[in-house]
Amino acid sequence: MRITKLAAAAVAVTMAAAPVMADLVFPSLSYRTGPYAANGIPFADGYEDYFTLVNARDGGIGGVPARVVKCETGYNTEKGVECYESTKGEGALVYQPLSTGITYQLIPKATADGIPVHSMGYGRTSAANGKVFSNIFNYPANYWNGASLAVNHILDENGGDIKGKKIALLYHNSAYGKEPIRTLEELAKKHGYDLSLLAVDHPGQEQKSQWLQIRREKPDYVLMWGWGVMNQVAIQEAANIRFPMDNFIGVWWSGSEVDVVPAGEGANGYKALAMHAVGDDFPVFDDLRKYVVDAGTAAGAGDQLGTVLYNRGMYAAMLAVEAAKTAQALHGVAEINPAQMRDGMEALEMTEAKMAALGMPGFGPEFTVTCENHGGPGLGAVQQWNATDKTWSLISDYGPSDMEVIGKLIMEDSSAFAAENNISESCN
Amino acid sequence: MFYREAGEFKTTYAKDQQTFPIALDRWGYFITLALAFLAVPFFINDYWANAVVLPFLIYVIAALGLNILTGYCGQVSLGTGGFMAVGAYASYKLMTAFPDLNIVFVILLSGGITALVGMLFGLPSLRIKGFYLAVATLAAQFFLVWLFNKVPWFYNYSASGQISAPERTLFGQAVTGANAVPAISYLFCLVFVVVLAWAARNLTRGANGRKWMAIRDMDIAAEIIGVNPLKTKLTAFGVSSFYIGVSGALLFAVYLGAAEVGEAFGINKSFLVLFMIIIGGLGSIFGSFAGAAFMVLMPVLLKNIMVGQFGFPTDIAAHFEFVIVGGLIVVFLIVEPHGLAMLWRIAKEKLRLWPFPH
Repeated sequence: MRITKLAAAAVAVTMAAAPVMADLVFPSLSYRTGPYAANGIPFADGYEDYFTLVNARDGGIGGVPARVVKCETGYNTEKGVECYESTKGEGALVYQPLSTGITYQLIPKATADGIPVHSMGYGRTSAANGKVFSNIFNYPANYWNGASLAVNHILDENGGDIKGKKIALLYHNSAYGKEPIRTLEELAKKHGYDLSLLAVDHPGQEQKSQWLQIRREKPDYVLMWGWGVMNQVAIQEAANIRFPMDNFIGVWWSGSEVDVVPAGEGANGYKALAMHAVGDDFPVFDDLRKYVVDAGTAAGAGDQLGTVLYNRGMYAAMLAVEAAKTAQALHGVAEINPAQMRDGMEALEMTEAKMAALGMPGFGPEFTVTCENHGGPGLGAVQQWNATDKTWSLISDYGPSDMEVIGKLIMEDSSAFAAENNISESCN
Repeated sequence: MFYREAGEFKTTYAKDQQTFPIALDRWGYFITLALAFLAVPFFINDYWANAVVLPFLIYVIAALGLNILTGYCGQVSLGTGGFMAVGAYASYKLMTAFPDLNIVFVILLSGGITALVGMLFGLPSLRIKGFYLAVATLAAQFFLVWLFNKVPWFYNYSASGQISAPERTLFGQAVTGANAVPAISYLFCLVFVVVLAWAARNLTRGANGRKWMAIRDMDIAAEIIGVNPLKTKLTAFGVSSFYIGVSGALLFAVYLGAAEVGEAFGINKSFLVLFMIIIGGLGSIFGSFAGAAFMVLMPVLLKNIMVGQFGFPTDIAAHFEFVIVGGLIVVFLIVEPHGLAMLWRIAKEKLRLWPFPH
């Protein structure tokens, strides 16, 4: 067994050295087990199904079939490293680990190996500065955009004045949850609200004391940076203390069906940010049903179509496919390598016409990626849960975030990283 | 037949006291060392280094450390994860504060800092014993993780609380950071493992080790025969924490490259290392190696067999992994409560008599 593995690894390494691959490899570092599985499963299903669809309907990407290599991380960084090492030899084009911790791990490794990482709406926010993070992309929006979008929504509701309002941030006590704090602090200086921070430790099942504190302090708004089981518990606790759900806003990772359904009627009116459309009212879902679900090739149980996180996984896969197409056009070869994929991601342009042609009109914002800006425009919307119909619906357009504040923070954090690691800025 | 003392004439005290009294053992030891140093570096690739060998070597050091404390001195500790975090954060602070400091000294100093912290948390062991001490060390685990999460100074005020290891070189070769060649990181960790295992073996069979074992077997009797419990327990905590600190520093700097305290050094890590020494064998150097190998290699091996060979869905394979590893632990504990080291010892006893058992 070990010898065969070694031989396979050796073969894979030689293959990577001389690119004679017959397919485009997209690893799926998914987690279908552990405390974050409830959120990991729909995303992984969407991600894998879209590639299955592209293969079945279009015969691959530019004529070359896509192959998804699956690896279970369990949201654990050490398993994530093992997955990265075991899949990169197969010619992996882009990594989307769906975990901020694993993304942090992969940033230096993938950069050294010349493989791009797309952390869509998670990971290290300052990776938006493409001059420092050449191989890391986090378009179309990042955590700091999210923080600003949430504050903007509160501003809209209060006619632009939130001086003296109390806002509490309930966050997962990890790199993921801590990301928005600095932005919210900066915005507090600008808009004059009081920010209080409530940390919830992994995995987030125990939140009694945090919600007791919310009951005592009576904040006007609660923002949440939660993931996995933490979301369900928080929404249930909020319902238990009858916190007004309209004033409870989650980031885009805290707003899927699995998070709100357990709280039943109590979750009605809960809001979350959105970086893409909700529901399955798009032509692409007809194709998915026809080519993937009915053909019996759907990933997982095949029952997640149209849920928020399924859509996000599908959106992530769509952006990867479009980037691969861009790379193929850019370099004039069908069987691209990771370096060419990186160029494709950097030249990616998402227009309404493109999305409409894919059967996803208005699914996400229009944006262009450049060498300097790997983070996209930072547009986002707000979605709200209707517990009677059991549906999410967008209640705003894709609005801008406060790039004046965020841009400065991105420069600050990325230049600190560059100084710590002796990275010279590129893109000249 | 081949494996026996017969024909080995020990003419000096040094020969009589050597670690491997049987020639075949001695040869095996030297051949293993030679293979590890001279052959493996030429064959090791990224996957084998980062997925299998580096974690194995690093956990061996942690298991050796905990084995000194729990296996030899009898002080149960659930604070291993916290102490590894001390090593990791110490190495991060040292690396960023003194960029020119050699990485070897960074790792050793991190071990030293962890030793001091470990002795501090070892002080209660003079008053409390057994389960109560386990709970006190559990408090250390939670306190240390909380501390590294709470105080931004430890992670240099970065936005996310993540620490990432900058590149450091040794003799012009990158040891840490993403550009490190697998063979170099492997050799770097291997040198630490060999030196520390050799030191642990010699510490435990010398005066210090005897004192530790006397305290473990019966502390009152040990005190009566003149063993100072304060000094003995604190040296055990200090030496053990030094090992655990070194392993934490290596885990962060060489293996992971970036870490977050709650995720990388949580309570799970304490249990993992404790399982290693229980499965491997309490109070045994070989047991530390065997236990670390079992707990690190078994999940990877099972995953490769189930997903790689049989094409199981990844989630089913992950669940089966828990079932199989858990089941094996139970079986081992029932069949041989003294761990893999005892199985090895029994096998060797049988080999000595083979082919003419009594």
